[in-house]
Amino acid sequence: MISTTSNSGSSSSQSPRSPSASQQQPFLSVTVTDPVKLGNGVQAYISYRVITKTNLPEYQGQEKIVIRRYSDFVWLRDRLADKYKGIFIPPLPEKSTVEKFRFSAEFIEMRRQALDIFINRVASHPELKQSEDLRIFLQEDEETMERARTQETGIFKKKPADFMQLFKDVQSKVTDVVLGKEKPIEESNPEYEKLKHYIFELEDHLAEAQKQAFRLVKRHKELGQSLSDFGKAIKLLGACEGDSLGKAFSELGSKSEFLSLKLQKEAHNLLMNFEEPLKDYVRAVQSIKATMVDRANAFRQQYDLAETTKLKEINLDKLMLMRSERAGEAEFEYKELKAESEEATRRYQSIVKLMSEEIVRFQEQKTADMGLAFHEFAKGQERLAKEIADAWRSLIPKLEKCSSS
Amino acid sequence: MMGSETHFSFDPPPPKEDLETLALSDPLSAVDPPSDGSDPLLHSTSPSSSSSSFPDPPSYADVIFTPFNGTTSAATSSSTSPDFRPSTSPYLRISVSDPQKEQQDASTSLVPGGNTYVTYLITTETRDLGRFGVRRRFRDFVTLADRLAESYRGHFIPPRPDKSVVESQVMQKQEFVEQRRSALEKYLLRLAAHPVVGRSDELAVFLKAQGRLPLVRSVDVASRVLDGAARLPSQLFGEGPVAAVGPEDVGQPAKGGRDLLRMFRELRQSVANDWGGGRPLVVEEDREFLERKEKVQDLEQQLSTASQQAEALVKAQQDIGETTGELGLAFFKLGKFETEEAVYESQRTRAADFKRLATAAVRASRSYRELNAQSVKHLDILHEYLGMMLAVHSAFSDRSNALLTVQTLMSDLSSLHTRAKRLEAASSKIFGGDRSRTRKVEELKETIRITEDAKLCAIREYERIKENNRNELERLDRERRDDFLGMLKGFIINQIGYADKAASVWAQVVEETSRYGRERD
Repeated sequence: MISTTSNSGSSSSQSPRSPSASQQQPFLSVTVTDPVKLGNGVQAYISYRVITKTNLPEYQGQEKIVIRRYSDFVWLRDRLADKYKGIFIPPLPEKSTVEKFRFSAEFIEMRRQALDIFINRVASHPELKQSEDLRIFLQEDEETMERARTQETGIFKKKPADFMQLFKDVQSKVTDVVLGKEKPIEESNPEYEKLKHYIFELEDHLAEAQKQAFRLVKRHKELGQSLSDFGKAIKLLGACEGDSLGKAFSELGSKSEFLSLKLQKEAHNLLMNFEEPLKDYVRAVQSIKATMVDRANAFRQQYDLAETTKLKEINLDKLMLMRSERAGEAEFEYKELKAESEEATRRYQSIVKLMSEEIVRFQEQKTADMGLAFHEFAKGQERLAKEIADAWRSLIPKLEKCSSS
Repeated sequence: MMGSETHFSFDPPPPKEDLETLALSDPLSAVDPPSDGSDPLLHSTSPSSSSSSFPDPPSYADVIFTPFNGTTSAATSSSTSPDFRPSTSPYLRISVSDPQKEQQDASTSLVPGGNTYVTYLITTETRDLGRFGVRRRFRDFVTLADRLAESYRGHFIPPRPDKSVVESQVMQKQEFVEQRRSALEKYLLRLAAHPVVGRSDELAVFLKAQGRLPLVRSVDVASRVLDGAARLPSQLFGEGPVAAVGPEDVGQPAKGGRDLLRMFRELRQSVANDWGGGRPLVVEEDREFLERKEKVQDLEQQLSTASQQAEALVKAQQDIGETTGELGLAFFKLGKFETEEAVYESQRTRAADFKRLATAAVRASRSYRELNAQSVKHLDILHEYLGMMLAVHSAFSDRSNALLTVQTLMSDLSSLHTRAKRLEAASSKIFGGDRSRTRKVEELKETIRITEDAKLCAIREYERIKENNRNELERLDRERRDDFLGMLKGFIINQIGYADKAASVWAQVVEETSRYGRERD
């Protein structure tokens, strides 16, 4: 089990895992904090302070602070997705499409929290934490980071080796067509089929729950607003009355306005600690779907290569039988192809193995995440209800005084 | 003065099927959905064999709380006693029911072919005269309202429901009839609760007299002219003595349409008041009244705003309750899904957590609905008093109309005296007297005497109305104070009850999910 988790859903700007006292226990703790708006106009963006505390030897020193922006996180995620196929890469918060929302305090806070959660999940994943890209992200200065990031832009994101693979894929596709094997090949594994079906349906259910959660946030804001308006109106009405009744009205109006603030606060709490985790859950499911695509590709690749290798083997045997002078060349090609095929098979099997571990971790993680989110939700609702009850209750003695006077 | 009968201008919509029939499981038991494809949320038992099925749903009473001490009268609504305060009305119970279509007798209607109208059964239980049941149509209510307006000038008479010009195109006929029925019932209850109007003969006759309503319908002058009853031409030309109308009738409002001539003269007087250079002979001098009038106007404005905001508040409460319920439903579905597809233990745990949250959310949602139903009742007082402002305006109009009548008569007298003097002067210049002029002077003096009588009647009437205004204003202040206090108390106690309930529902979930909480809380 991962010993350094339980920080998902964290809404504080501190990583809840404080550096442990013992030096033997390896730890890596990251905080994303202090969002600052930089640049002007269309070029404006938000930068964050990323603070790393660690005792790992690969890292320079106990504490390191760097400045990073959203695209840097995207770079890291993409690199990890590229290198660690089979692993469910922790999801990133979405790019914002709406201009004026991009710099609202709420959005910035939501994003900061999500980025903090992202980087900590990476840092606590047994495989991902060892990534060199992670180290670069956490340690390198801003210029190096920018260079690394801009290098990756453009259509040709892939390395030359990948490029060759692309051609080979096209080639095998042609072969398929020629050989009449047009149907896409899929692995037939009933357990995996069930998982695929589960993931797709889960996404729908979660999206619905997240939608309702978002709506609930809005409702809290609306109720807050109407309590505020109501309070004002009641106060004015009370001004028409005299003496103690007028005062009672005035107090009621004030309480109403007071509760309005509490509701706005709870709306914010709901957004950060209940709706966000649900959105995060949806993103995680989408990340799994991406891994499933990788797995499908890997499967097809190893299948194609296996088929092609078989053909080459048959061809080679034929040539050797005929004692052709092309046999040597063919043997060389065959050996090469076989190596590739084995490599592809290894890659595919690695993905399968990783996925089976990842799915267990995912389920456990999400139970913990949801449990925490529900705990926070219930706490918030209970707190709000108590505040409401107390506020109104405090008015009763004043009302009693009214009726007796 | 006011009824606690609810009918806020919008009603909370009927609850959705799902939420209503949702079987809530006991949060502590293991949950298992039925294995068939139908929505398990509607089942209370599960055919699934192994684990325990959904236990019995918590009773609805679970989420209904009774309001605390004292103000139970504020919380209950009934069509029986409309008041917060003990009623001294002679009527214990009035209900309007059983709308029936009836055909108007073709022979008496102006429009050939007849038309249909709706009658309602009015059932009245009196304090010591037993029970009565009569049938009335809407037009009868209008007649009642008109008669009361004439007889009780200066009083704050509860306004009657509007005549609706809109036909069944806009609303379903049934809905319209039901709305009207409810409005009529509330109207009668308010009338019965009025300390003066409640004891009136008009109301008694309305409630008890079988068959046709024996109250005279107001007939406008145009119809009377058609019937040939009004001597319109001579009146218009100013001939004929004022005594065509008795002095006591002078006190009645000219706007009843019975006296077209008088209407014109009073209109002329009011224009003279507004635009003429001279000061009318009698003006509204009661400063206390003017102050109170201003206060009432201020009250009306604030009531309007408060009533609006109260409506918005109730709507917001309703919305949040609905969304909470829908959230609960979504989580129920998630829980069911995870349970069905569970491969790992962590999934089953999560499914149970989903269901816990869902149960709490649905409970909270039902609580909200209860809260709202009660809130509507309490805040309805604002709406009621706003409606009452119409009656107040009417009563103030009665007063100014009566004053106008007095002013008109005084001005009449003044000009009559002037004419008489002139005639006398002219007549004295002729030796031996002027037979015709002398006769005219005699006639004038007779007219003056009658007009003096009328003036006295008018002044008496004006004073009477002023007295009514005064009493009613006091009653308004008194009763408003009580009603508003009751409203505040009821509203607050209601809110507290709901909030306490919600707090305990969520506290349970906090407890159940405490193991997920961070160490630093």
